[in-house]
Amino acid sequence: MKKLVVLFFAIAVLTACNNSNQSSEGAKKKVTLTAAGATFPMPFYNMVFKNYTKSTGILLTYGGIGSGGGIRSLKDKIVDFGATDAFLSDEKIKSMPAEIVHIPTCLGAVVIAYNLPGVEEIKLTNELLEGIFMGKITKWNDEKIKANNPDINLPDKNITVVHRSDGSGTTYIFSDFMSKVSDVWKTEVGKGKSLKWPCGIGAKGNPGVAGTIKQTPGTIGYIGSEYAFAQKIPVALLQNRAGNYIEPSVESISAAAKADIPDDTRVMLTNSADPEAYPISGFTWIILYKDLDYDGRSKTRALETVKFLDWLISKDAQDVTKKVHYSPLPEKTVEKAKQILRTVNYGGESLL
Amino acid sequence: MNGEKITKVVLFITSLVILFLAAGIVYSLINGALPAFNEFGLRFIFSSEWNPTEGKEEYGALPFIVGTLLTSIIALLLCIPMSFSASLFLGEYFRNTKIANILGSMVDLLAGIPSIVYGLWGFYVLKPLIVDLGFNEQGFGIFTSALILSIMIIPYATSLSNEIIKMVPNELKEAAYSLGATQWEVIFNVIVPSARSGIVASYILALGRALGETMAVTMLIGNANIIPKGLFDTGNTMASVIANQFGEAEGLKLSSLIAIALLLFLITGIVNSIGKLIINKLS
Repeated sequence: MKKLVVLFFAIAVLTACNNSNQSSEGAKKKVTLTAAGATFPMPFYNMVFKNYTKSTGILLTYGGIGSGGGIRSLKDKIVDFGATDAFLSDEKIKSMPAEIVHIPTCLGAVVIAYNLPGVEEIKLTNELLEGIFMGKITKWNDEKIKANNPDINLPDKNITVVHRSDGSGTTYIFSDFMSKVSDVWKTEVGKGKSLKWPCGIGAKGNPGVAGTIKQTPGTIGYIGSEYAFAQKIPVALLQNRAGNYIEPSVESISAAAKADIPDDTRVMLTNSADPEAYPISGFTWIILYKDLDYDGRSKTRALETVKFLDWLISKDAQDVTKKVHYSPLPEKTVEKAKQILRTVNYGGESLL
Repeated sequence: MNGEKITKVVLFITSLVILFLAAGIVYSLINGALPAFNEFGLRFIFSSEWNPTEGKEEYGALPFIVGTLLTSIIALLLCIPMSFSASLFLGEYFRNTKIANILGSMVDLLAGIPSIVYGLWGFYVLKPLIVDLGFNEQGFGIFTSALILSIMIIPYATSLSNEIIKMVPNELKEAAYSLGATQWEVIFNVIVPSARSGIVASYILALGRALGETMAVTMLIGNANIIPKGLFDTGNTMASVIANQFGEAEGLKLSSLIAIALLLFLITGIVNSIGKLIINKLS
């Protein structure tokens, strides 16, 4: 018995030594960066984070916990950077413990996905969107939809609106667009990450809404574009501000950012004036503290954070966007993002 | 110290931990819910308005209370015939036979299936069935969730009442038979009356499970924050709204969600005490 105890103890000590050796070596070689936030750009982040780890050995983890969670995690200083689909208002920025910056990373769109067996293409005007999502147009063969789509055979089926049941940046972008194009929507529903829905059913997360639409004939709802593209769910053509019917695509989404944007990139791109632009497009951002010398963070860690973000907006990473159905940042925006990244420092010391 | 004392101390400490945990839960729930109750007062419980839009924020828990009670009670009603017959089958008719053993372990197996699997099954199998049967257009709603809940709570209701039915003394049954009673008469005049408090207790336990069930319900109820107008209308439950909205909630909304959790805690407590009262009355 005694022998056994000694043996056990020896093994324990040995493994402990091994572990500590490994971790001290590991710390010298590489840092691990943690980030958390929006689910909307998650497929893109997952892919580029993996690529970056492969080429540099820097370990990156991303928790898709929602934009609000990303902001809260940064506020609590438990991540190196957060991610959000809705930029922080001036008021929110003030409530953070220190100055933060927004770095746009790519463009995404919110698409209107539907499930109508036999209907391949449907064109919706802003008035129709308002009618459907406010619950005023309740049948697919409503005269108003018919008048706008004379060529297709619309079934006599009830319209079921599917929306998000959780708070979400996707909802924010969608409701921001709706508030811009519809006064009724603006006064009765408004914009926000979660809303008081006049009609419809809720499903959790983009995958939840996508799955519900795919499973249920007669449904219509809004989802992050990549979820519709990846699952091949048909999406409606929408009318942009110039009056053109636009299909969401890499080019039409990127076109939304062609207009002038402010230097801090905090802008909603919905209802863009560009004639080629898909109307419900938007940036997604990474947020981090301007001064990375906080909570005893090492300078190496700060350096690696900034280096990674610099790579994320470089051509190398931006080319990946298309593979996962996002759109790359236009050059003008990349320039602005680089400017912002240069202001990030470590106790006043420049990092780039 | 002798074994007697050690056991006593260990047991005392471990039960104290449970007491502290329960007190901690109550404390943090009340603490978190205070801002919501300060803002809305009692209106929070009786208002059906749930508007998270900035500037127009207004929260009321009534739709979720109604949704929770409706789904759970319907689930219990649907569950009773199934679990009652199953427990009679297991505890009396086919007691200790091979088929009863198989059925018994099947029922226990139901308890081990994760909630999400029930939810997915409901989403991909039950929901389309509801649509095909023409109950409602898209298959989501109170009835669909209650149906899945009723299946989920069968094992809780069955295994306890089955045990209680088995415990009815043989002398009682034999006495009834010797007086010329048929099996049917023995069951409804001897077994059920003498086991009723235990049977009721098992249904209360099942109801408690149904009240707190989250995942499967959230996938099938439609998550519409309204008071349902009928059995096949969509709605939402207390546990489901918390699971859905907690992640992005802050400020008043966060407090309102915690207040809903507190109300759910209270409702579960009330249901359990009613159950105990009934059991005391019956036995």
